[in-house]
Amino acid sequence: MTSKLDFLKTSPFFAGFSAANLETLSQRVFEKRLARGEMALNEGAYAGALFFVAEGVVKLFKTSIEGKEQIISLMRPGESFNDVPMFDRGPAPVNAQALGAVMLYGIQREDLDIMLKQYPELSQNVIRVLAHRIRYLITLVEDLSFRSVVSRVAKILLKNLDDQVSPAPRLTQRDMAAMAGTAREVVSRSLKYLEDEKLIEIRRHQIAIRNKKGLEQIVEPGF
Amino acid sequence: MLTPQIDREKCDGCGLCVGVCQNNGLEMRSEVVVFVGGDACTWCGLCEAVCPLDAISCPFDIILDES
Repeated sequence: MTSKLDFLKTSPFFAGFSAANLETLSQRVFEKRLARGEMALNEGAYAGALFFVAEGVVKLFKTSIEGKEQIISLMRPGESFNDVPMFDRGPAPVNAQALGAVMLYGIQREDLDIMLKQYPELSQNVIRVLAHRIRYLITLVEDLSFRSVVSRVAKILLKNLDDQVSPAPRLTQRDMAAMAGTAREVVSRSLKYLEDEKLIEIRRHQIAIRNKKGLEQIVEPGF
Repeated sequence: MLTPQIDREKCDGCGLCVGVCQNNGLEMRSEVVVFVGGDACTWCGLCEAVCPLDAISCPFDIILDES
């Protein structure tokens, strides 16, 4: 287990900070422990802290009106969440739940405001972190805006169908993401879409094509 | 019975997958993850999604079943 100070040293938020400044700043950083399943944030709530995952994994997700859960991302040690509401003063855009035992470090918004005034380098780091996130989101929006990902996933499934004649590879969602040139989360969403359309059925370790013709129609020309 | 595939060469024993498995299907033994889940594994893929080293995977067979 790393100490709070060691942890802060490795965070992109505090890159370039002197040991003395980090020491002072760490006094405003609090610890929060969560048991499996416990919520760190509820979508729509005004939670007043920026969180860093120190141990364990936090699931960020949204729930649709029908109650379906969509995982936005899994936050691993070193990653932060709830940073956007810290700066736009808006509500939490997602739910955050501990997937196992989790330890978080947090900074209350009021403390963050003070730190930003005290340490200009923190503002620069925050801009860098948020810019990095915007870049990732732009890529994701491109993927989600065009139906081509579903089309590509459909094509991958058809191409790798085990026809009992030639051996077909077993594919992970990560493999499919690499093949489709997209993120694993987008593949997961595409597979769910195809299942909702009753074109495939996801079984334990099988993806069963239930309507081959329908799946072929999803594949756009040129893919 | 297929089980999630663990690459012992890649696994550095960080234990993130052990923590996220909702069925307690993974355990850390001698700093390497082992699958102990039996039938309880739902192939949800969280272990695969969370592994920073691509050391654990839940591959799918793609089959035709229009029955």
